[in-house]
Amino acid sequence: MLISNIEIIPGKRVSNHLGLVQGSTVRAKHAGRDIMAGFKNIVGGELKGYTELLQESRQEAVDRMCEQAKAIGANAVINVRFSTSSITAGASEILAYGTAVIIEG
Amino acid sequence: MEGFIQVGLFISLLLIGYIFGRRAEKKHYQSIIEREDQFRHIFVSTERLPSAEYVRHDTQLVSGSVVISVDYFKVIIAGLKTLVGGHLTAYESLLDRARREALLRMQQQANDIGAQAIINTKFETSRISGNANKSVGSIEVLAYGTGMIAK
Repeated sequence: MLISNIEIIPGKRVSNHLGLVQGSTVRAKHAGRDIMAGFKNIVGGELKGYTELLQESRQEAVDRMCEQAKAIGANAVINVRFSTSSITAGASEILAYGTAVIIEG
Repeated sequence: MEGFIQVGLFISLLLIGYIFGRRAEKKHYQSIIEREDQFRHIFVSTERLPSAEYVRHDTQLVSGSVVISVDYFKVIIAGLKTLVGGHLTAYESLLDRARREALLRMQQQANDIGAQAIINTKFETSRISGNANKSVGSIEVLAYGTGMIAK
């Protein structure tokens, strides 16, 4: 599965356009990590725990998007976009969406 | 007596925030500048379509993200500043650091997969709330784009 955020794949031709695919995850924060984060809010600096957490969730959103694309017979997802929104305090939704296509060549 | 303890706690938090926050920021900027030099060979652009030299390259999505926390001193300074308006320099440097760090991590990933350039770079910023009540708490910046790998 080829994932890209540009609209064309260099040197390849899009033979079939299959429409929008998306994947999302909603992740809550970890209480233990939150205590560390509260401490970090006093001294400043990077929150490595959260960076990892968000990276994992983003990967999961992309995986889900790929699954959906595979299910409709696509071999690439182009023009991928990410979006993050906080739903309530302590939970955020991560969305990945793009266009499923079949490419040749 | 209780009032004294509260004022003392506030001042010590402010001092801790100032000292550690300053140090963290200085160190971070130093490492950002070093790594920016190191990854200068990876060309990053916001062009939507690849230019002629990259037409025969393979593509792969690359991304980098970072979560950075404010320190207590910045929260208080920014809180005071919002009364009079103007630039919030305390938050400007925070976001600048986060964005450059995210970009560097994206370049690092591109370097690892052997890409020469990244096109169509997009930024995404979100706030992680809930740590310090109403204040900013921490921010996440994500940078993503398409890495161009020579065949």
